Amino acid sequence: MGQENRLRILIGKAGLDGHDRGVKIVARALRDAGFEVIYTGLHNTPEAIVETALQEDVDAVGLSILSGAHNYLFPEIIRLLEEKGLGDITVFGGGIIPKEDIDGLKQKGVKAVFEPGTSTDEIISWVRENVSPRVI
Amino acid sequence: MTVSCGVCFRGSSMSVQESDLNKKRMAKERWEREYGRAQKREADFTTISGMDVPPLADTEDLRGFDPDAEVGYPGQFPYTRGIHSTMYRSRLWTMRQFAGFGTPEDTNRRFKYLLSQGQTGLSTAFDMPTLMGYDCDSAMARGEVGREGVSVSSLEDMEILFDGINLDQVTTSMTVNCSASIVFAMYLVMAEKKGVSWDKLRGTLQNDMLKEFIAQREWISPPSPSVKIVIDVIEFCARHVRGWHPVSISGYHIREAGSTAVQELAFTIADGIGYVEESIKRGLDVDEFAPRLSFFFNVHNDFLEEVAKFRAARRMWAKIMRDRFGAKDPKSLTLKTHAQTAGASLTAQQPINNVARVTIQALAAVLGGTQSLHTNSMDETLALPTEEAVTVALRTQQIIAEESGVVNTIDPFGGSYLMESLTSRIEKEAFDYIDKIDRMGGIIASIEEGYPQKEIADAAYKYQRELDTGIKTIVGVNKYVEENEEIPIPLLKIEEEVETAQREKLADLKRRRDNKAVKSRLENILLAARRGDNLMPFIVDAVRDYATLGEISDIFREAYGFYRDPGYF
Repeated sequence: MGQENRLRILIGKAGLDGHDRGVKIVARALRDAGFEVIYTGLHNTPEAIVETALQEDVDAVGLSILSGAHNYLFPEIIRLLEEKGLGDITVFGGGIIPKEDIDGLKQKGVKAVFEPGTSTDEIISWVRENVSPRVI
Repeated sequence: MTVSCGVCFRGSSMSVQESDLNKKRMAKERWEREYGRAQKREADFTTISGMDVPPLADTEDLRGFDPDAEVGYPGQFPYTRGIHSTMYRSRLWTMRQFAGFGTPEDTNRRFKYLLSQGQTGLSTAFDMPTLMGYDCDSAMARGEVGREGVSVSSLEDMEILFDGINLDQVTTSMTVNCSASIVFAMYLVMAEKKGVSWDKLRGTLQNDMLKEFIAQREWISPPSPSVKIVIDVIEFCARHVRGWHPVSISGYHIREAGSTAVQELAFTIADGIGYVEESIKRGLDVDEFAPRLSFFFNVHNDFLEEVAKFRAARRMWAKIMRDRFGAKDPKSLTLKTHAQTAGASLTAQQPINNVARVTIQALAAVLGGTQSLHTNSMDETLALPTEEAVTVALRTQQIIAEESGVVNTIDPFGGSYLMESLTSRIEKEAFDYIDKIDRMGGIIASIEEGYPQKEIADAAYKYQRELDTGIKTIVGVNKYVEENEEIPIPLLKIEEEVETAQREKLADLKRRRDNKAVKSRLENILLAARRGDNLMPFIVDAVRDYATLGEISDIFREAYGFYRDPGYF
């Protein structure tokens, strides 16, 4: 396994959304692909997600949002990361996110949004190609 | 139905019977040879749940099977063929579309629209803050008010939601769990204020906390106190709201979380056993509450497996209620169920294809003998449904009911070699799970150990790998993919203003109400919780004075603590 497989990735659920089938599959697939995965469990505030990202020294944060609150939660988490000097953490995500919202989220700093039907292999290759270890 | 020659010659000499048997054996051997030689599309044929299916079922598959004992007649033990003697010949299932979004005013309009289109019952979807015990003005509600359902923080919202709807003429289902006792109290007081007495109310409260910990994941406090409140509602209804179904024991969410059909059935029935045991411990007689227990199953794509699942569910529940709990009232033995087509089976890609999926699933629920049905709308992987999409979904049910003809014969699959053997196999595998859960000390103990949660996560992961590797197909997703497709249907947008409007309305209510009375009502709930009393009467009094859902949930948090997701994956 190469160096990129040492990447630490926080997989998170923010807000009240309880849909966790997809997020657990992604967490497990990334773990099986050799990444270090920290899964937050459900029902975290944006503050709690960012605190965990800081504590765990992660290289990327992947969020799963199926509640329709993506336009609030993604930008809020990115804002809080920047506030803590963690702006170099790669943020990506997926869930039920209408196509028309994706460009807006990307402009606000979300590096990739995976839509329903994405295979875990696609997510794994994207992470390999787009997340690099942070220089701390 | 064809009758084998062996039966035609019943009673004739041995030699004729023997030669018939020989003929039959030869025919089977010939078929086996031909089948064995032929090329097959796949190496293994399995259901969507990964269960092996035979190429053909015949009498061999039913060896040792006693159709009189295991199948019987509709309306009779073990109810495999249906809970009513006439099934859909007397009355069709209730067509009940789950609806809720935005403000109570928005959803009230949708309710009235659905009733005007021939829908026969209401089903309320609440937003995430309501479902998790937070008011719309809570910090935890930011960005989520009215998004996945309707926002209800107070009795006032409930009054708007059902404004102009005759509660003694429709049955109402409310999908809410950890805050169910509070929402139900609001419904009761709202009805009372409209002059409808509680004994006239008909409907269902989901109120199934066990499956929340297993799958749907909406909670306030840990499993034991959560179940205590569920039993409070069961006991309260047995005494005061006798026409109401106080709990809908739900496999739907277990399946949506990625379980197999057998796991869905097993964990749901295990949850049911848990509620019966706890209610008996509370001092209720089994026949006092069991007739009002209801169920809620998912209907997925694998058609035959799904029909078998419903048949197995009825048979299992009848046996459990009679043999394990000694129930005497036939109504205690019958598994009454709502069904919903599988949300997770729908695709964001080529969404119009979802109409076909929903049709297959709905047909399975009907052939499985459901009492009530929600058909998903084609746009539900993308957003809450638009009025056009929900109308197509309702029409799908009406076409099955009034055009397809399948409703005219009761349990048309009954007696099919495959259907009967599949039903028995699903029943057996589900009972194996239940035995295992019993050995772990029951469903609450097994949930605390994370057992059902891990079983489901494993099944979900396995299925996803099968999709990723192309072993299983989803049309439009991993096969027949269209590149750069545009979504061809309009989507419902929930405006940001909903959140602001709801917050302002709540702030205004909090100024107008008698805050001193609210405070003392809330204290009474806390004291009742500390004493271990049934909380329902105290919650009813509190909502009558406009204590909010979030305030009462805070009392639960204070009395019983928070539950944190152990995050198994």
